[in-house]
This record gives sequence, structure tokens and C-alpha cells, in this order.
Amino acid sequence: MAIDVEIVRKIAQLAHIREPEARLASLAGELSGILEWIEQLNEVNTDGVEPMTSAVALALPMREDVVTEGGDAAGVLANAPKVRDGFFVVPKVVE
Amino acid sequence: MSDLTSLTLKQALDGLRAKAFSSVEITAAHLAAIEAARGLNAFVLETPDKALAMARFADARIARGEAGPLLGAPVGIKDLFCTKGVRTTAGSRILGDFKPPYESTVTANLWRDGAVMLGKLNLDEFAMGSSNETSAFGPVVNPWRSRASNTALSPGGSSGGSAACVAADLVLGATATDTGGSIRQPASLTGTVGVKPTYGRCSRWGVVAFASSLDQAGPLAKTVEDAAILLASMSGHDPRDSTSLPVDVPDFSSFVGKSIRGLRIGVPKEYRIDDTPADIAALWSQGIAWLRDAGCELVEVSLPHTRYALPAYYIIAPAEASSNLARYDGMRYGARVDGASLNDVYELTRAAGFGEEVKRRVLIGTYVLSAGYYDAYYIKALKVRRRIADDFTAAFEKVDALLTPTAPSAAFGLGDKAADPIAMYLNDIFTVTVNLAGLPAMSVPGGLDAAGLPLGLQVIGRALDEGVMFSVAAALEKAAAFRAKPDRWW
Repeated sequence: MAIDVEIVRKIAQLAHIREPEARLASLAGELSGILEWIEQLNEVNTDGVEPMTSAVALALPMREDVVTEGGDAAGVLANAPKVRDGFFVVPKVVE
Repeated sequence: MSDLTSLTLKQALDGLRAKAFSSVEITAAHLAAIEAARGLNAFVLETPDKALAMARFADARIARGEAGPLLGAPVGIKDLFCTKGVRTTAGSRILGDFKPPYESTVTANLWRDGAVMLGKLNLDEFAMGSSNETSAFGPVVNPWRSRASNTALSPGGSSGGSAACVAADLVLGATATDTGGSIRQPASLTGTVGVKPTYGRCSRWGVVAFASSLDQAGPLAKTVEDAAILLASMSGHDPRDSTSLPVDVPDFSSFVGKSIRGLRIGVPKEYRIDDTPADIAALWSQGIAWLRDAGCELVEVSLPHTRYALPAYYIIAPAEASSNLARYDGMRYGARVDGASLNDVYELTRAAGFGEEVKRRVLIGTYVLSAGYYDAYYIKALKVRRRIADDFTAAFEKVDALLTPTAPSAAFGLGDKAADPIAMYLNDIFTVTVNLAGLPAMSVPGGLDAAGLPLGLQVIGRALDEGVMFSVAAALEKAAAFRAKPDRWW
């Protein structure tokens, strides 16, 4: 099995998704199944092939470094779960 | 007024221009049809008040003698497109009651051209799925049923709501998105026309991101001409999307009905896979014969890396998704689950907000991007992606377009493939190659299988050559003379 329970626990932490302990073994099985299927890529000779990062062969467009939108704090905050005095309210970060 | 819903978009636009009926009348007819079709679960939000207000505005414009490519025509919007002040969910719980403070470029283009919004359409969660079963709102039911049974069938996915609505005459057309086949596979399973344009044709701005290097918007429609009309409105350069192509939008409709005599059409031999149902193989042969009769030269071509497209996709798409979906942290918008620490809040919010398939893909993506596996999986997949794109480049030196089946099966039962992720992924075996290469492709209905379910043919074009693709698809549509509609059981 390519992925065991320990690896699932680690990647779930990296992905910030709490997975219940009871789910880890079945996830390890599912993810291993998918990765074993993906292993067939190793049959392809890719020596000297440049990785393809984009479907368009365009240089990234540049623009002037100027403000195009802004000044709409109410709009930015409108969907926040918690707001106070024009700020997002988040859990305490520094102990 | 119910017959107004059976019109094509083109017929409706002609009727509106001739003042045979008003936008309010045709919009009201569609709203009534939507209300009667709630059993299909195709809408996640109906917006009748907004629809009628937009229709009244369109009627006022028509009365003033104004024109617009879509003026007065009611359409549906996949709930992946942000609509200003109208709840946008991406089919997920994690966005909660998110009401975007802005409008996506694609939908803004439709409203600019006079279209009327009927509501937001169901989809797989974050467009991750091929059956609409991963939606937090439950699956869409395909309007089509097998002749043999009344079992509820999937409309395909992820744009299942868009496809079902078009097939059931609930909308004149719909927006959709396609990352691995999410427009074309539902089109095939519902007897509708679905177009994924060249990557960069439609702006991704304001479309909830899944896999940014693959995501493209496009239309689902009743006819090839309707799809061409919708795509022309949806397309166009947008400086707010750095991958939007700074090119002019052709008049796609002008290619519909154009002679295809003398075109060279490639038939990729690697798409002849074992266990393709006989009806699909037969339709493909029929499609080849139709194009030959229309004066095309049919040529066998080879796309040797075809079988590696899906495994490469299931590295690249989850990798990009894990990165894109990192933004859902419960801080700035969407649902938040409280916890003892900041980390608890993140982990509990994402655990509660994401469904199982989304979690699976985020975990796969996190794994293939993590230290020690990045080169072996992610970089390897990007190199295979280049091989796949090179296959198409070589083929298009010899041919003008390619003809393939769209999907490896007709509509399947809800629940039939939900337990096996890889069986579900194989739905996209004929469609995903094109996303990796960034090419335009579309599905057009070709006929019914033995059970009376629709099957589609796929036409693949050169990059930015949607025109030839539309001409070939229109010739297939004409030859197939597909007129079947699902029985109205809902």
C-alpha cells in the first residue's frame, strides 16, 4: 500500500482537514488505490521533456502598479462569519 | 404559453425581435416549467423576481428599438459563477450563504448582451465529479429514462444541472464549466450540445476555481447554433484573468451550416478502447460515414499517450485544487466552525464544509505536492501533459479536426459508480485529453442507444479554431437529425 495511516494523518494535517481516527484506514486504502492507478505514468519516457505548466504559451501580462479597485471595506466584510469595527474577527493567533 | 419553452434559443431570439411574444412572457413560461420540474433537483436557487425584473428591462430595451445578441432570452447559470448579491455555493457547504459582491466576467457578458437569469444550477461540489452526486444539494436527476425501467439516472457531471435544464426545456441555454469533461460528458448523457472552447477564450474571473490551468467556461444548449450564439457572448479578452487570450471573438454562428467539403478529419485509433459499448462504437462509425458523405476525407491518426491522460489529470487537477481550496479557512467568508485554537478552527471548518470527494482530491493534491513526492508525481505529470499536447500538435499537422465518442457510456444509474472513485474518473477518458492540451472540443447528440438513451459525438478542433469545430458539429447535427426529447414524467 502506497499510503499508510501515518501518511494520511500527516497530509490531512498539512491540508488542514480534521479526519476522524476511524476514517484514516479507509482513506489510506482509497488514496493508495488512486495512486497505484496513477503509477502507470512511469511507463512514459519523459527524458528531456519540459514540464507543461500552462495551456497557453503566453508571457504573463504586466500592468501598471496602480490601485484599480478598493475603498469598499463593507463589501469585503459582507460575507465574513465574524466582524467588529470594520475588521475580520479571527481566533487568537499569538499566545 | 408552455410551448415557448420548446423553442430553441435562436427561434426565441427571432420571436422576441419580431415582437411575437415578450421577454416577460417567455421568462414566465420558463419559470412555470422550472416550478413543475423541481423533482429533477436541477436548480439550487430559483431567482424568479430577478428574472422578471430583467425581462421587463429587456422588454423596455426592445420597445426602444435596441438590439442585443441575447436580448430578452432566459438562461440558467451554473452555481460556480459568482453572481452579484445572489447566493453562490459551488455546490459546497463551505461557502455557506456566500453572496458575491461582484459579478463574474462571463455572466456580466451575458447580462450586457440582454440575457435574463432564471436561477443558479446544481453541480458536483467545486465541479469535482462526473455524476452530480457530490453536490451538497443532492444529485440532479436526468430527464431521460431508459425504456426498460424508471430508475433515476445521472445527468453526468459536473455540469449536471445545466445539462438537465437544457434537456428538459427549463432554460433556453446554460453556462457550464469543463475541467476534465464537465460540459461535454453531461451533454452526451442528456442529448444536448456542450462546448468547451480553447483555454483562455472565456475569462475565469469570478468563476470559483477548481484547477486553474484546466478550467474553462462554455455553454450547454439545445442546438449547435444556440451554442455558437451563447459562446460568442461568453467569450472575450479580460485583463482581470492573466490567462485570458487577447484575441478577437469570431462570429461563431457564421460557421454553422458552412460546407465542410474537403476538410480532413482525424479518427484517433487509441480511442478504440476495449469494452466500449457496441452502440457507442456503432455511433462513432456512423459519424465517420456522415462526415465522409458531407465530403470530408477521414484519416486515421495516432495520439499515443491518450491512456496516460487520466492518471496525469488526477495528479494535476488535485494539486491545483488543493492549492486553490486553501482559501476556504472560515475567516473571510463562508461557514466557520469554532474551536479551541486557530488550527482547530481551520481543521474543523474544512472537515465540516467539504464533502468526501473534495477531501479526497485535496488530500491527493497535498500529497503529490509535498516534499519528497513533488518530482515523482507532480513534475512527472506535467511532463506527460506535454507529451499529450505534442500528440495533438502532430495530429493537427495532418487533419483539421478530430472525431471521437464523447463518453464511454450512456447515462448510468444514480449510485452505480459512486462507491468506486476510479470507475467514476473513467467517465472522462475521451474528454480529459483536450483539457490538458487546452484545445476546443464539443459534444453533439448523435442518436439513441438500444435503451433509448442519448449518445454524443465529440469534435475536437485546433487551438482557437472553434469555427471549423462548429462547422463539423453542425454537419453532424444535420445528418443525425436528432429530434428525440425525454418523456415529461417529472
